[in-house]
Amino acid sequence: MKSLSEIETTAKRASKAAGFSWGEAEEIGKCIRQLEMFGLPGIKHLNSYFNDKKKNTYENLSSINQSNSSSLNPYCPIILGISFLDQLKIVENFKKIYISNIAYPIIFISFLSRSSEIIGKKINVKFDEKEIFLNLNVNIYSNFLNLEFPKNSKNIEINFIENKDNFNEDEWKSLYKLSENTFVEETDSLKKGAAGAGLTDND
Amino acid sequence: MKVQLRDPNTIMKLSRLGSFHQSKLSFLRSFLNEFKDWEYKRDLFNLDRFGYGEAVYSFKKDKRTYSLVCFANKIKDDERSDRVIATKWDAAFTLHDGVPTQKDIDRLKNEVPRQEVGRLSFKELTLSRANKSVRVFNHVVERLSEGKQPDLELLSNVGYLYRTTAVYGSGKFGLADRFRIKNREEINGPFRLEMMLVYLVRQFTFDQVNHVAHHKNPSKSVVLDRKICKNLGIGNSTGLGMAPFIVNHPTLLNNWVMSREIALKKIREIKIVKKKDSVLFIDCLKKSLTNITSWNTDSEYQQIKIKNLLKDIKKFIHFIDNNFDFEDEYPFNQIYLWLEEKACEECIEYVVSIMMEPYNEITNPLVSQMSSEEDKYFTIPTNRTIKDLINIIEKKYSNILKINFEKKQNTQNFWFISKNKEEPRLADRFKEGGSELEQPLAIARDVKKLHKKLLDMKNNSTVAEFLSKNSELRHIVRRVFIVEKFPYSEIQDNTIGKNLMPIDMLRLKLSFFGALKFDPRSDKWLRICMFQGAPLPDELKNYDEQWVYRSSN
Repeated sequence: MKSLSEIETTAKRASKAAGFSWGEAEEIGKCIRQLEMFGLPGIKHLNSYFNDKKKNTYENLSSINQSNSSSLNPYCPIILGISFLDQLKIVENFKKIYISNIAYPIIFISFLSRSSEIIGKKINVKFDEKEIFLNLNVNIYSNFLNLEFPKNSKNIEINFIENKDNFNEDEWKSLYKLSENTFVEETDSLKKGAAGAGLTDND
Repeated sequence: MKVQLRDPNTIMKLSRLGSFHQSKLSFLRSFLNEFKDWEYKRDLFNLDRFGYGEAVYSFKKDKRTYSLVCFANKIKDDERSDRVIATKWDAAFTLHDGVPTQKDIDRLKNEVPRQEVGRLSFKELTLSRANKSVRVFNHVVERLSEGKQPDLELLSNVGYLYRTTAVYGSGKFGLADRFRIKNREEINGPFRLEMMLVYLVRQFTFDQVNHVAHHKNPSKSVVLDRKICKNLGIGNSTGLGMAPFIVNHPTLLNNWVMSREIALKKIREIKIVKKKDSVLFIDCLKKSLTNITSWNTDSEYQQIKIKNLLKDIKKFIHFIDNNFDFEDEYPFNQIYLWLEEKACEECIEYVVSIMMEPYNEITNPLVSQMSSEEDKYFTIPTNRTIKDLINIIEKKYSNILKINFEKKQNTQNFWFISKNKEEPRLADRFKEGGSELEQPLAIARDVKKLHKKLLDMKNNSTVAEFLSKNSELRHIVRRVFIVEKFPYSEIQDNTIGKNLMPIDMLRLKLSFFGALKFDPRSDKWLRICMFQGAPLPDELKNYDEQWVYRSSN
């Protein structure tokens, strides 16, 4: 089994050899390491992308808008991912972002996962029929983990999830009420003596 | 009185970093301190009469066990090489996480002796190999088998029976990634498991030499005297492989140097020094003279440094004995100021290390701050402005900006990774091919290039805008934001100039390991000795903390 350290170093060096700068290669190494740690096919797709890159042309999207479409060639998932990271403070304000025609979306998703950690918000990604939930770069949750990730995605929709509870107030109150059963009802005597401080601050 | 931390522009110059010495903060000393109350055991010693076979040594505490698995093999004399191109070694080792089963040992037997071409698993933590100092090993076997102890002068000249030629960890060749073990309290300090491996290897070398001598002449042989064992360490040959590490791990480098600087600052700020502390300092200082006079090297470069060190230390001792009163206020600050004025860099840093000896209460808390969560500082704050970036560069790299990289001599060298061994190398840019595959280790040159480009941008543009058009400088932008927070994270020197001495970079790292007797064999590799004078494993429960200065070699 390859260690994550070996995966990161090799992905970094291969990316430099594939024409990316050292700084970009460092970003790629981190992202592929993270995908592999989550059990996702980072090495497989990076390798496949670099092979395709020798034959095909990909578009570089360096300025991200709310809606982004490449009608000719698919977007490079790496340049798109790095741009997304770099412009995170701006793109976060869009709430929803649409990207059409992107190569190797799983590589791009690794950058989104890091973005989720940086801004401290969960990110929901829908592409084609699939859905992925990025949880602050702690894990990636998906409804198609056992299926093959596509080499190309026609449409991606990215949603920034505002930090809010996953439950309603009634559910919370019900559970809280149950938790109160671990508390002791205070008698007058306990009120006076158990806290360790006086009853007023004026004594 | 408040003393300022020393200026990184002075301390992070290569000549100063190349003058660092071991101290209480060094990893091999903090390793011994951490593991002193662990149970040491030799679990297996299955060698034939010539000393070939397997052995297992362990440290155990509560439910945790670390086991060194050793494989000693027969090799021909012409196969023995300390260079990284070697494929066979006298012995190979791995530190196994837990107690190895027979199945583990069988698996490791096929992999560990092959080193870089073998595959380890997440159950192994570190990997190493070592070669005999054949001259010393054979001499010791010969003498012990005759019932005599070895010639101390020969032993003193070399200092070890074996020297390691590489120690690997952190995920190399399938070894466990650091994240799997980083939360273990006992390894909360850099390179602690590498230090454990080397320390246990040292014991294996003594056991092996005794074993071979005994089988050579069972009726007459004696074992190597314990005092002689203690004065032997483990040698190490280190080449350029180590140099890029300190450039590639800036926050880690900062935390090492920062700990040393904080210790020095706190010691200089002590108003009244207790008698027992000044006595200990002077005792270590005077006894350490043996370390200098027994420091052998053929390197003219190092001989000059040792000569100047000895001269200045003697001058310093004369000053302490005749013109100095430890009852004055802030005595260590006075000492430091005297050193800055009168002593060479090698001597300044030598005494700075000794100043730490009386002060466990200062050094112990710093030891746990010498690791780094590097990923925390990886993300570039791209919403910052060009003006911010320019300000940081002009403040933190002021000396670097003065270097003229138009001059050929300032870009003479380039760093690359060799295809044969996947190891870092250095070559002349104007004589050798391959500079187009240069590693990103020319930090000074690239900082200057970045600064020049930034001056053409609008001050209020964001770093994100800059990076979208200048991706080739992304790696250096990241570093600039790191040095903003970590003042000692960057070597304030040119790492590709004609006058570069790569061994200064090696020496810096090895001093933090706790190495002694730096012996440069060229400007690109050196030999050192580790654990010479250190307690033996069965003495750890109660040992002399100042053993480094009280060794008889």
